[in-house]
Amino acid sequence: MTTTTATDPALLRALLDRVRAGRDFGPNVYSTLDVLQVLYDRVLRISPDTVDDPDRDRFLLSKGHAVAGYYALLAAKGFIPVAWLDDQGGPDSRLGDHPDRLLVPGVEIGSGSLGHGLGLSVGTALGLRAQGRPDPRVYVLLGDAELDEGSNHEAIAYAGATGLGNLTAVVLDNRSASHGWPGGAASRFTVNGWTAATVDGRDHDALHTALTSHDHHRPHVVVAVVTDSGE
Amino acid sequence: MRETFVTTATEFLDDPRTAVVLADISAAAFAPAAARHPERVLNVGIREQLMVGVAGGLALTGLRPIVHSYAPFLVERAYEQIKLDLDHQGVGAVLVSVGASYDRAAAGRTHLAPADVALIDTLRDWTVHVPGHRDEVPGVLREVVCGRQDSAYVRLSTQSNGSAYPDAGDLRVIRDAGPGAPLLVAVGPVLDRALAAVADRPVTVAYTHRPRPFDKAGLRALAGTEVILVEPYLAGTSARVVGDALADRPHRLLALGVGRADLRRYGSPADHDRWHGLDAAGLRRSIDAFLSPAG
Repeated sequence: MTTTTATDPALLRALLDRVRAGRDFGPNVYSTLDVLQVLYDRVLRISPDTVDDPDRDRFLLSKGHAVAGYYALLAAKGFIPVAWLDDQGGPDSRLGDHPDRLLVPGVEIGSGSLGHGLGLSVGTALGLRAQGRPDPRVYVLLGDAELDEGSNHEAIAYAGATGLGNLTAVVLDNRSASHGWPGGAASRFTVNGWTAATVDGRDHDALHTALTSHDHHRPHVVVAVVTDSGE
Repeated sequence: MRETFVTTATEFLDDPRTAVVLADISAAAFAPAAARHPERVLNVGIREQLMVGVAGGLALTGLRPIVHSYAPFLVERAYEQIKLDLDHQGVGAVLVSVGASYDRAAAGRTHLAPADVALIDTLRDWTVHVPGHRDEVPGVLREVVCGRQDSAYVRLSTQSNGSAYPDAGDLRVIRDAGPGAPLLVAVGPVLDRALAAVADRPVTVAYTHRPRPFDKAGLRALAGTEVILVEPYLAGTSARVVGDALADRPHRLLALGVGRADLRRYGSPADHDRWHGLDAAGLRRSIDAFLSPAG
């Protein structure tokens, strides 16, 4: 069932360069690239033909500023035309500095303001469960600094308390939270009943193992640690 | 009105598309419904941001969420979630509040929400209903919940008029003072006191429980030169739509409602009505001054 079409790293870099168009990208862009590749290459059951299928897996990019790699990957996978990348952010472009679900095929939520994706993903997981759809899984990508927003902690506590087993949160931990997470980001989830795995965010096999080690009875979090700049 | 809401929403749950999202408020009243539909009656605890975020997620999967809490927590605390998790995602929900503007006056400022309709009015294409009687509630809810996907705000109150006008979404003339008479538009539960205020004055009184979309065509048909708005929430909330509707006509507008000041006083809703000039005597003072300006 799992898709295993690996994205050619050279192609992805070339597409990313088309988005970049000479600008400098911060660590947030490069640190997210590996986990996005593993999700789209090996985990998510979604394709350009199934973006409206009610039984598709959902991927919600909550840290909407990590958008360059996201767009490059959506282009590499055929969700959007490659030519869209050249004018990212332009007056006629569908690709903003944060993604808009009404403008970009394959994008599940419009994001940008931090702390909205996890609540939306909890609602999405509940909606699938209420409609008797046990197969699709909901994945949401957050940043460690994004966890500062209190809305996340409302969602973490509730998803844990209700055993929302069709939900996986991925926390891209590039150590950017101003006050850090003493004891690790994962502990905020596990204390609320989530299962958790903390892995090297560059190690594709470790990411794949972590992203598929949920138990279907509890929500699952993968903390992907990336401390280098990626260049 | 709250009991009628719970009964009506519980009936809607027979439709497998309907869901109810709560943040502890009214959870006990919905307990029988939750027992029958545990996966579609969701109490997230005292977490209003999550309540609206969950509604957005449910709507993204095709469900029709009804979201309910106290007005200040539903609309003011979770405003960004309303803006982004519903509107920006292109999905809808029906928000149903209790408590505004000052139904629990003795609870103090934290539980007052006179600005709720004005905040919702910053958003586009929302329907807003302010029922003035419990018997208006089922029809209003059916209209905004069933068979629709856009967003609506339904503002329930412990204040009430003596009679129900379930079909008064468009302006309904309650008292006709003849052509050219000043027009008073009462929204929701302020109708009876507005009628009392102008009982012996030549003023036409029209009623609506649906301030958005406002019945602009009805207003144009009824309005002469003087228009008086009486709203049970922030004064001037509908002045904008009245101004738009009558932009091509010379007119004068008196917009009455709740003031902006934090009075730092407790008491009862009747006390606050008096302090804000929204009891019959206060309305009469304002209306007389408007219609017969000194000098």
